[in-house]
Amino acid sequence: MTLATPSDFQPLGQPTPPSSSGGLQPEGWLRYLSFSLDHKVIGLQYLVCGFLFYFLGGALAGVIRTELASPISDFVSRETYNQVLTLHGTVMIFLWIVPVVNGGFGNYLIPFYVGARDMAFPRLNAVAFWLIPPAGLLLISSYFLQGGAAQSGWTAYPPLSITTPALGQVLWILSVLLLGGSSIFGGINFIATILKLRRPGLELMQLPMYCWAMLGTSILVVLSTPVLAGTLILLSFDIIAHTGFFNPALGGNVVVYQHLFWFYSHPAVYIMVLPAFGLVSEILPIHARKPLFGYTTMVYSIMAIVVLGLVVWAHHMFTSGTPPWMRLFFTIATAFIAVPTGIKFFNWLATLWGGKIALNSAMLFACAFIVNFVLGGITGVALAQVPFDIHVHDTYFVVAHFHYIVYGGTVFVIFSAVYHWHPKFTGRMLNEHLGRLHFVLTFIGFNLCFAPQHWLGLNGMPRRVAEYDPSFATWNQVSSVGALLMALSTLPFLVNVVASAFRGEPAGDNPWNALTPEWLTTSPPPVDNWAGEAPLVTHPYGYGASEDRIDLRLATGRQLWGDPER
Amino acid sequence: MAIPSSLITLLLGMALVLAGLWIGQNVSLLPLDASSNAPVYDSLFQVLFSIGAILFLGIVGLLVFSLVRFRRRPGDLGDGAAIEGNLPLEIVWTAIPAVVVLFVGIYSYDIYERMGGMAPLNDHGALHAAPAAAQHHGHHSPADASTGVQLAAASPAAHSGAIPAADGDKPADPARVWGGIGVSGAAGAGGEALTVDLTAMQFAFIFHYPQGNIISGELHVPAGRQVDLHMEARDVIHAFWVPQFRLKQDVIPGQPTVLTFTPTRPGSYPIVCAELCGPYHGGMRSTVVVEEPDAFDSWLAKNTPPAPATVADSGSTPTA
Repeated sequence: MTLATPSDFQPLGQPTPPSSSGGLQPEGWLRYLSFSLDHKVIGLQYLVCGFLFYFLGGALAGVIRTELASPISDFVSRETYNQVLTLHGTVMIFLWIVPVVNGGFGNYLIPFYVGARDMAFPRLNAVAFWLIPPAGLLLISSYFLQGGAAQSGWTAYPPLSITTPALGQVLWILSVLLLGGSSIFGGINFIATILKLRRPGLELMQLPMYCWAMLGTSILVVLSTPVLAGTLILLSFDIIAHTGFFNPALGGNVVVYQHLFWFYSHPAVYIMVLPAFGLVSEILPIHARKPLFGYTTMVYSIMAIVVLGLVVWAHHMFTSGTPPWMRLFFTIATAFIAVPTGIKFFNWLATLWGGKIALNSAMLFACAFIVNFVLGGITGVALAQVPFDIHVHDTYFVVAHFHYIVYGGTVFVIFSAVYHWHPKFTGRMLNEHLGRLHFVLTFIGFNLCFAPQHWLGLNGMPRRVAEYDPSFATWNQVSSVGALLMALSTLPFLVNVVASAFRGEPAGDNPWNALTPEWLTTSPPPVDNWAGEAPLVTHPYGYGASEDRIDLRLATGRQLWGDPER
Repeated sequence: MAIPSSLITLLLGMALVLAGLWIGQNVSLLPLDASSNAPVYDSLFQVLFSIGAILFLGIVGLLVFSLVRFRRRPGDLGDGAAIEGNLPLEIVWTAIPAVVVLFVGIYSYDIYERMGGMAPLNDHGALHAAPAAAQHHGHHSPADASTGVQLAAASPAAHSGAIPAADGDKPADPARVWGGIGVSGAAGAGGEALTVDLTAMQFAFIFHYPQGNIISGELHVPAGRQVDLHMEARDVIHAFWVPQFRLKQDVIPGQPTVLTFTPTRPGSYPIVCAELCGPYHGGMRSTVVVEEPDAFDSWLAKNTPPAPATVADSGSTPTA
């Protein structure tokens, strides 16, 4: 069944493995605290560092939900509340989701998938990672300095960001600039690795889907992140040097800032979800024992999302000043993103159909991702309609929508991926019972937390408020209970990951009997990834191929759909 | 005995569509409707809700069915069917969402036009900034839009008598007066439009009635008559939102903006600031009181200061 054919390889140049670079790289666990050049070490550094920030961001969310458990501002001061919501958004986006789904899994998996021994630019890779901890510490430290952290939300709209305490805002800008730089370095590295470091004989259209997702994501990163960087530098000039780029009192224009900001920050949504789409495309076929359905359309739909994702930014600005033609254009463009996205979801459902599905923790999280993301996508298409958006823009409806996308979507996939690849990372399985407990708590908690927020937004609760109309108290309390469940759900996860890393059941090299290249080596893999040549995997999803491959040109509908037990 | 699976699929599909339509029609998630465009909005919401419910229930149903029907039986280590794709199927699930999305887009465009959102910004601004300056000028036809433009330029100066506007010292370019939703929609529902000036600041909405030179912390409007709200922000971006009107418009410093609506249902509704504007953003709320025309006229008469007011106090403080 395994299609890797180590015998018919072409000779590959043997790059020097990073570990043998004259003993400069530490061995053992110290590697993870070092300037290691090994893509697997860097991937895990991203992952662990991301989880630390996730717990910080989660604690900040806890502060928000505690404050909102009562209609009056009674838990933290209003200034602190605004700092907390700003930090929560910034940490979760720039220090958790973007680094983990791109840097974490990307660095670990992409070299395996293209048949390389490391990324194209290992030193740039290490630099990209090591920008993150100082940037995160800078952001956190601003909370303890004079005036506190930034208070203007993760969007930092001027003039508010110009008038709030300057030190916190400037440190926020510095931190985001560092993180944006890290993201750009990573993006360049992924593009170069995927396009130039493929093993001889491996075609682009034979790559695992995550490579395509990372290629699309990296294109978005490289095209749009510099725009954010330039915008934030101009904003910092407005704050420090009292220039007037975005300051209406000095002739500036705040709407220009919004255009520039969202030119990055809408693609940022795809930077957060496209890699998750890629990871799901790897996980579903393995646990359903079926080929990924519609490989070619999946590739094209990723690229369509990339192109469309660059031309929809102004749908965040329907209530600020946008001319009617722009509203119409951005409505249609935004709604049309649903088409390639829908293709991916239908393909995943078709992948599951007729499979032999193992409902383990990885699969539960992946399937819950489909449920959550479909709901978030439906509210997203609704939000793209200008008249609909006019009512619910900047309300809790939007908060619910994007948490269904980034938490219900991406974070669920991150958990799924951890259950799926933990055996590869450590050589040990995670505990299934704790995994399912984690899943049930997370799924219930998540939906309890965010589903009521749709109603709150529709009925008049704006976002980013520390106090609200008492008639919204009940559903806010339900939401806070959901948040508490989500917080509790991380406990079985933490126990599971830590305990299993040392005492888990040994996994063997390929516990899922998978075909993608990272499983065709030892667990954990050696420093140079494979003992010998990299395997040539031309059918990464070739499940079921040996027994009953159906010629589609001759197949009838009944053959395809009639008897799944065949 | 054996029912053809295509028949079952068809019946399930029909049941799904009916369930979605029923949900859209009967599950109400929206607050009271109190403006002329709220029912229009609600009909869009029903359509979107129905389509969304059909899609969500269908996809989740299919997913749950697959997970149960195709679960791996104990001891089964084999693979599923080696189906790698199906072009007709791909075409179907590309075309159907594309058609649905296009339909939704065109329908919401139509709704938007009925709500008055598609008027060009500059014409709109010129047309409606004018009455603010010429207080009893009455209706402007598009023909005298040129006078409208000139008058609009004087508009901020007229404000600054009662409320010192943020940029009162520099003339506003009339081409930069923006329109929110509503100009071509319910115009003229109750004769002449009522003009109200709104100044948004940290952390309050201040309403000014040029007609009676009243300054008020809450908005009083008559039912059934069009209101032109001329909005300016003093410091940072705010947003004027009345959930029961289904209307929201950002109020941006340096950018005079007009929002037009026609309240329909008498009552008191919240005005909410929807754009993060500082620590007390959550407390930046006010009330719009929609009154019967007679009650509104007496409110206006009661609160109009007797002398030409330079400093007017707010006579209206019944907090709802």
